[in-house]
Order: sequence, then C-alpha cells, then structure tokens
Amino acid sequence: MSVRELMIVRVRLFANLVQYRPGAKAGQPFDVELAAGSTLAELIAHLQLPRVQVKVIFVNGIGVSQDYVIQPGDEVGFFSPIGGG
Amino acid sequence: MWFLRVNMTDRSAKLEGVPAQYKNLGGRGLTSSLVAEEVPPLCHPLGPNNKLVFASGIITGTPANTAARVSVGGKSPLTGGIKEANAGSSWAQDLPSLGIKALVVEGQPKEKDKFWGIHITWDAAAGKPKIEFFDAAEYTGANLYAVFPKVYERFGEKISIAGCGVAGEFKYGNSGIVFNDMSKRPSRYAGRGGLGAVMGSKGLKWIVLNEKGSPGVPIVDKALFEQGRKKMNDALRTHDITKPKGGLNTYGTAVLINIMNEAGGLPTRNFSSGRFEQAAQIAGEAIFEGNKKRLGQELYNHACSPGCIIQCSNTWHDEQGKEISSCVEYESDWALGANCGIGDLDAIAEMVDLCNAYGLDTIEAGATLGVAMEAGVVPFGDAPGAINLIHEMGKGTPMGRILGAGTGAAGLVLGVTRIPAVKGQGMPAYEPRAVKGIGITYATSTMGADHTAGYTIAPEILGVSGKQDPLSPEGKAALSRAFQATTAFIDTSGHCLFIAFAILDIASGFEGMVEECNGVLGTNWTNDSIVKLGGEILKKERAFNEAAGLTKAHDRLPEFMQTQPLPPHNQVFDISDTALDSVYGEL
Ligand code: SF4
Repeated sequence: MSVRELMIVRVRLFANLVQYRPGAKAGQPFDVELAAGSTLAELIAHLQLPRVQVKVIFVNGIGVSQDYVIQPGDEVGFFSPIGGG
Repeated sequence: MWFLRVNMTDRSAKLEGVPAQYKNLGGRGLTSSLVAEEVPPLCHPLGPNNKLVFASGIITGTPANTAARVSVGGKSPLTGGIKEANAGSSWAQDLPSLGIKALVVEGQPKEKDKFWGIHITWDAAAGKPKIEFFDAAEYTGANLYAVFPKVYERFGEKISIAGCGVAGEFKYGNSGIVFNDMSKRPSRYAGRGGLGAVMGSKGLKWIVLNEKGSPGVPIVDKALFEQGRKKMNDALRTHDITKPKGGLNTYGTAVLINIMNEAGGLPTRNFSSGRFEQAAQIAGEAIFEGNKKRLGQELYNHACSPGCIIQCSNTWHDEQGKEISSCVEYESDWALGANCGIGDLDAIAEMVDLCNAYGLDTIEAGATLGVAMEAGVVPFGDAPGAINLIHEMGKGTPMGRILGAGTGAAGLVLGVTRIPAVKGQGMPAYEPRAVKGIGITYATSTMGADHTAGYTIAPEILGVSGKQDPLSPEGKAALSRAFQATTAFIDTSGHCLFIAFAILDIASGFEGMVEECNGVLGTNWTNDSIVKLGGEILKKERAFNEAAGLTKAHDRLPEFMQTQPLPPHNQVFDISDTALDSVYGEL
C-alpha cells in the first residue's frame, strides 16, 4: 500500500461558506493538512462545504476551478455566490 | 405624460406634450437624448446654457419591482462631457406618477447665491401637476440631516425630496444630487460627475414631490407587463446573489471587499497596491457580524426604495447599537477605507455619513483623499485627519474647495503624478491592472471612470454571465462594449442595475425585463433590439462628448497604470490603444 505524502494548504472562507466551519471568521486563514496531489474538489469535500455553494475560488490570487491540483504552500480562498457594485 | 420645463432665470414653469421621438424612452436614454439635443456641448457646465434633466425609467412608477430609479443628466462640471447619474428613491416613482416624463431645469437666476425650491403636487381639478416655487434660503449652508426633517415638516410626511447639499451650493466638481431613502434619510445619491453643482448653479435647492391623487403611470398591455414582471421577479427570487437572504441581502455590496482583495484588485492607498491587509475588517461579512454583535441579533439589509426585492442597503451601528450610517456601500467602504489605508468601520461609516450630510459623492471623496494623502496633506491611515478634510470640504475652506474640485483637479493642484482618474473623474473600487475589462470601461465610457457603465467584473471576478480571466486582455474590448450597451438600456428601463446579476444568468429574467417595457409602452422590442437601443444611446453620448472636445486621447488610463506594475500580480494595464478605440469604433 502506498502512502501519499501530506501537504499543508492555507484556506480562507468567505460570505456564506463561513458557517460551515464553527468558529471561523471571514478571511481568517487556517491550515489544512491533506494528501499531496489533492484537488480543490477534494479539499471542498474534506471541509464539508456544499459543493454547489462554492462559486468562486482563488488560489494565490488567481481564479481557478474545482479540478485544480493543489500545490504545497498554496493559499486558497473560497466564495459563495456574491455580487455588488 | 408631459415634459415639465422649469426656468430658473424667471422662476417659470411650463408643461409640454412629449415629442414622438422621446415617447419610448426613459431614464438614461431620455436624459442623454435631451442633453445631446438641447445643451450646447461647449457651454460652461455651471452657466445658464447647461440643463439639468430628471427622468425616471420606462417602468418606474408601475408595480414593477426593483425599478424605482431616476436618472439625472446634464453636462458634467467634473468631466466636461455628458453625464447620467442615477439613484433609487420613492422620488423616482412619484415623478412619473405625477405625469412628468422628464423634468428639465433651465436658465440661471440673476441673483447670486439665492436658492429656491419647487413643490409639485397633483391638481385634480385641472388634471395636471401644479408647480410652485418657494424661497429656500433657510435650508442652505446646512447639514442635510438637519434640514431634511424641516422640509418634511413643511410639506408633509408623504413627500419625496431631491436636492443638493453644500457641495452643490459651493459648485464642487464633487457634488451629487441627493434623494430620500425609505426612512427619510438624505442618503440616496445620483452621486457622480458633479450634477449637484449644476443644480446649485441654477439656484435650485429642492424639488419636492407629492403624488397624492395623481394618475400614475399608464400601462398599454397589462397582461404582457404582468407576465414580464413575474419572470423578472422569479429570477430575482431564485438567483443566489439577488434572492432574499442571498448575497446582497445578507452582506450588502461591501461583500466585494474580500473577493477583490483575494483577486489582488482592491485598490489600496491611492492605487499603489491591489491588496489591503485590513480588508477583512471592513468587508460586508464584518459588517454583518459586527451588527449582530452590537445589536444582539442578525440584521438583514433593507430596500433603498419602494418595491425592491433584492434589498441590499445596510446600516452600521455603534457599540451602543445606535445607527452611525446607512448605507456603507462597497464603493464608499473602499474609497474611504482601503483607498485611504483606513481599516476602521466606525470611522468609514462616519465619513460616509459626512459625505451624505454635505452632498458629496463618496467615491470621488475617497479617491480625492487618496491623492491628498499621497501628497502628504495627511498620512495614509489617518482617520481623524481624513474626517477633518471632509469637514473642510463641507465648510468650504480653501483646502476644502481644492479637494471638492475632485480627484483630477486636486491631484494637479497638489503636484501628484499618481492620479487615478479618467476624464477628470476618480476611479471606483476595481484596479484596472488586475481586472483588465473594467479598465477598458473606465477608459472608454462616456461618463469618465465609472464601473457601473460596463460592469465586466461580473464575468471577470464573480463568475456571473460566464467566466473570464481578469488578468488577460483577450476579448475584453468586445466584453466591455457589450456590457456598456446592455447597461445603457437597463439604465433606461428603470430597473436597478443589480437585477443584472440575476438576468444575465437566468434567460427568462432578461425576457421579463423586455416584456415589462413592451407592456408599458406597447412596443415590440426583442433582446437584440434593446441592446441595439442601448448602443444608440451610447452613440448619442459619444457624439456629445466629441463635440465638447473629448477625443480618443481622453479614452486612456493615466500613464502610471501602464508603467508601474501593481502588486501582488505585478501587472501593468496592457490594453492597446487600438483595442480601446475599437470599443466605440465598432459599436
Ligand atoms: S438592489 Fe439595492 S440599490 Fe438596487 S434598488 Fe434594491 S436596495 Fe436599491
């Protein structure tokens, strides 16, 4: 059985998504440990965020989709659907 | 319906029938057409030949929802070009209810520094509106929060008010036209472009409306209108951004602070960075949580005007649970916060309130303060210093008058090279070097730097109406052009622009908007024809600007955006002149 290496990713939740992590505050970063090579979809599942509520994702300030493969040290921001002007 | 012409030279008023070519227009389409037709492009914006035109949207005043918008137009003292600014208020519904399709303020009194008000009521016996002038001297030189209650006291609780603050009386390039909100606050602004000064230059302080007994807005095909209204409302009630307790209703427009910061596109300290380290502290989520803590319960947002389903307007409270300000919009929050390096919501809310009190546009105020901070007038992050500078604008001190002239003018006087303005108008809360499409809108819009004119942020950042890479220049001229044309129509319809979040994703909602308009007017417009109509409105505005001396050279962003890379993405604004010129060249 092969053991996948672990990596640390820094996460921020925003808008409606904050409620899915007790004690979290919008924009306050926390670290998550997960298997190297994981995708954002896997991170979303790990965090138990409702997948359809995750509308926009930034990794290091760049917009990406849920199939993005996370790199060690990435900073991820998850947003539910929002708008303004 | 009528055009009401008010001549401030001799304080006379006359009602005219609506000429055929204007019958199917409203809002921006009508104000811009009238200004283009009747205002000499080379006139002084504050002289007797400029006109100030008020027109509500096509469907405003009917039972249509999220549709209480009024456009105000004229030649802008800030940009030197045509201007349309719009606001949501009960005033917007009362004007067409009184049978007035457009109110055109003309001329100029010979008496210097005298101010009048106009009171418009419905004369049932005559079957038309009645217009009376009154001396407004007692309301001048004052905080709008102090004088609004006096106007209500004099004319009754059921009125709606439009007016200008001291910024308009001082004829600042930064001066808006104020309208009442649903709680009688002087807080809804047709803010941009200095139209408050045009009102002030005409010696006009108030336009007070009382629609009691008035006939309301006629609807040609009620069934079609109702069908359209239902489609629109279904879209607004189901889309995650616009639905009750959705993104806008919960967090307000300031919810954009965090996402723009993550995207590296939140202009910080006079456009020197795209990230503000205290962003989360001033964001919409912090407003929601802060209110909850201070009030002991959740507070969802309210409507700025009757009949709004989205209800995005927030209120910020102090430690004792007392209101500091309503409303802390994204733009105001950013302008007076991140752009000035200020991360304190209480201070930001106080500044918003002061801008409302003095009749200033919050965006222009914050962009100007950013330039003043760059010049060292007060340091970045100095909230008491910034508050004091707003008071100086309100008092009309020499420094206050320099800042009241707006971002471009103040930057010149203060010897600043990093002046974030286009056609003299300060840039709003999105960094063109990090979001290329919105930079194209700022550069080319007939309005000067204006995000609402072509809100490409929807696909570039928010994933609404598709997804586009904000850092890429590819295809962005066409994107901005399409958004500018559609927006010109939405601003004509009378709907608040925020319906776009729902109807760009939900096709039946878009159809609903077209059907609402067809129902009211008896027209046969299609999705395509309304975008074409939007394009024609833009062409009229553009022709006015060209005749006023605004050339392609004015359709450019300031030089520093092409030479100074912006952290964190370290990008410059790399859209070619050819692409910029194609926005209107290929319209
Ligand atoms: S969405 Fe917001 S700004 Fe638009 S009409 Fe409703 S409350 Fe006013």
